[in-house]
Amino acid sequence: MASVEIRDVRKAFGATQVIHGVSIDIADGEFVILVGPSGCGKSTLLRMVAGLENVTGGEIRIGDRVVNDVPPKERDIAMVFQNYALYPHMTVADNMAFSLKLRNAPKSEIEQRVKKAADILGLGHLLDRYPRQLSGGQRQRVAMGRAIVRDPQVFLFDEPLSNLDAKLRVQMRTEIKELHQRLRTTTVYVTHDQIEAMTMADKIVVMHDGIVEQMGAPLELYDRPANMFVAGFIGSPAMNFIKGSIKVNGKAVFKAEGGLELPLATAPAGADGRPAVYGIRPEHFVIDAQNGIPAEVVVVEPTGSETQVFAKLGGQDIVGVFRERVTVGPGDTIPLAPNPELVHLFDAQTGKRL
Amino acid sequence: MSVSADTITAAPSSRWSLSRLAHDHNFLGLLFLLPAAVFLLVFLTYPLGLGVWLGFTDTRIGRAGVFVGLENYELLWEDQIFWLSVFNTILYTTVASVLKFALGLWLALILNERLPFKAFFRAIVLLPWVVPTVLSAIAFWWIYDAQFSIISWALQRMGLIDAPINFLGDATNARASVIAANVWRGIPFVAISLLAGLQTIPPSLHEAATLDGATSWQRFRYITLPMLTPIIAVVMTFSVLFTFTDFQLIYVLTRGGPLNATHLMATLSFQRAIPGGQLGEGAAIAVAMIPFLLAAILFSYFGLQRRRWQQGGAD
Repeated sequence: MASVEIRDVRKAFGATQVIHGVSIDIADGEFVILVGPSGCGKSTLLRMVAGLENVTGGEIRIGDRVVNDVPPKERDIAMVFQNYALYPHMTVADNMAFSLKLRNAPKSEIEQRVKKAADILGLGHLLDRYPRQLSGGQRQRVAMGRAIVRDPQVFLFDEPLSNLDAKLRVQMRTEIKELHQRLRTTTVYVTHDQIEAMTMADKIVVMHDGIVEQMGAPLELYDRPANMFVAGFIGSPAMNFIKGSIKVNGKAVFKAEGGLELPLATAPAGADGRPAVYGIRPEHFVIDAQNGIPAEVVVVEPTGSETQVFAKLGGQDIVGVFRERVTVGPGDTIPLAPNPELVHLFDAQTGKRL
Repeated sequence: MSVSADTITAAPSSRWSLSRLAHDHNFLGLLFLLPAAVFLLVFLTYPLGLGVWLGFTDTRIGRAGVFVGLENYELLWEDQIFWLSVFNTILYTTVASVLKFALGLWLALILNERLPFKAFFRAIVLLPWVVPTVLSAIAFWWIYDAQFSIISWALQRMGLIDAPINFLGDATNARASVIAANVWRGIPFVAISLLAGLQTIPPSLHEAATLDGATSWQRFRYITLPMLTPIIAVVMTFSVLFTFTDFQLIYVLTRGGPLNATHLMATLSFQRAIPGGQLGEGAAIAVAMIPFLLAAILFSYFGLQRRRWQQGGAD
């Protein structure tokens, strides 16, 4: 096991620069998730760690070795691909044993390692099957088995769950997390699914357009997003943003564009009159008949465990999520009160947190 | 199938009508099959059947023959030249096919890499195949000319040889020359087909193998080759069939000479049947090619069969 250090790494394909100086420290045994929308450079970054792409600038270290010019096979890493990349002409056992065979490991050792990995992943009864005889989840497990048998310094996962159906994805999420808790191998995991990131990571790196927007523990990102991008990306449904300006007149309030006044707990010093964006997560609205602001309900989406209410609040489209049963229909008026303690304020120009 | 079978059995009891027939899957199937079937019967089955029949007769040009049983084949059994042509054909097919496979695969692997002007090179590779055989054969005829050969000229200029090489006048040289011409012509088919096969192998498999520690040779040996086998089987079957039945190249270059050293079964069959007038005997030689061709087809069929369950496809 080893730490991974990414220092001001840049990547250009021809004249197009796709990664603009990214630095990430990954501690030994840490589970780090790179998350971001498609095209943000997260997969490219992972492939550079794997050695499948050249590094245009900067430095990547695995352990205490700079690996920029080290060929992939000498980096001692294992990767799980989105499409699993299982060798279709080899059985499950052969797929898992391939790397060991190439290393000329003794037969007994290969058998023992494959058996151990198969036991960990519950693949024991599938060892003689061919990949095409397996279900999606089983293939995914074989791909992980292939990584485990090598006992590498670092595991790399490239969107490993995106080809699975929703139920299986949740199950495999838990399995991967459990596996990491058991093996404690440094893991870098790429996904575009923020729920995957939130549930599995020790540390999340949010990427956008080739730069790191923010990195930190999942709840840190949720509680204190550094900018509007992270605020909108982490959390589901996404945070509501309302444009307007801050007014401090004895008590701080937020004046939205439509004239609507929204409560604030505090305002940054000297912020009076400053244009800003008011961010409130859907789950931080409460239905409050006394202090609530009347909002017109547009759509109600009950999911059983919670109810999502899409409404118009002073002309702005917002969504609220409520754990309790809400018995309103379209056209009804609902008194919504944002919890002022949980409001996020962002600069109207830069989108940075105030 | 069961549904349409029901319709058939139910038909006699109900009234027969055009609209019923128009909805009968079996009838419609037969109807739509008919044009293709007629085409195959007229242009494939009839000539083949006629050829087989002629092989059992003593037909000559201008004279209808009578059935002579296996007489033609008995004659061929004793015929040194026939056996020489069998040997030539097998030699020609084996050597040319092996060379075409090796060079074609090599070319395909090169073209599959990231190269500048890739599309241009791929188009160039196809050229030998696009040119009509007779044209390229005439070009080779000049290249192999006893006096004006460009190869001899170049080698003489370089001081490597003193006299022009007798490409088509010496038995061994002639065999090598026609094989070289055939290989030149056949490589594009093998290369482009295998290239198509190579492109169906997902790049992530190579990446996975690279991370697993495979060298480029090991990636070829354990990933590319096994995954390409089904396509190799198909391509090489066709290549063997084309080579085994080759006629044009030999006929233009050597007409089977010198001393029948390059006579293939196809050219010998033609020579006996048309210039020689012995239609029956020529047909018998052509029919004698069938077992070899069937063997080649079966070989690749079983080659494919063994892999069908290994290779993905159906999920």
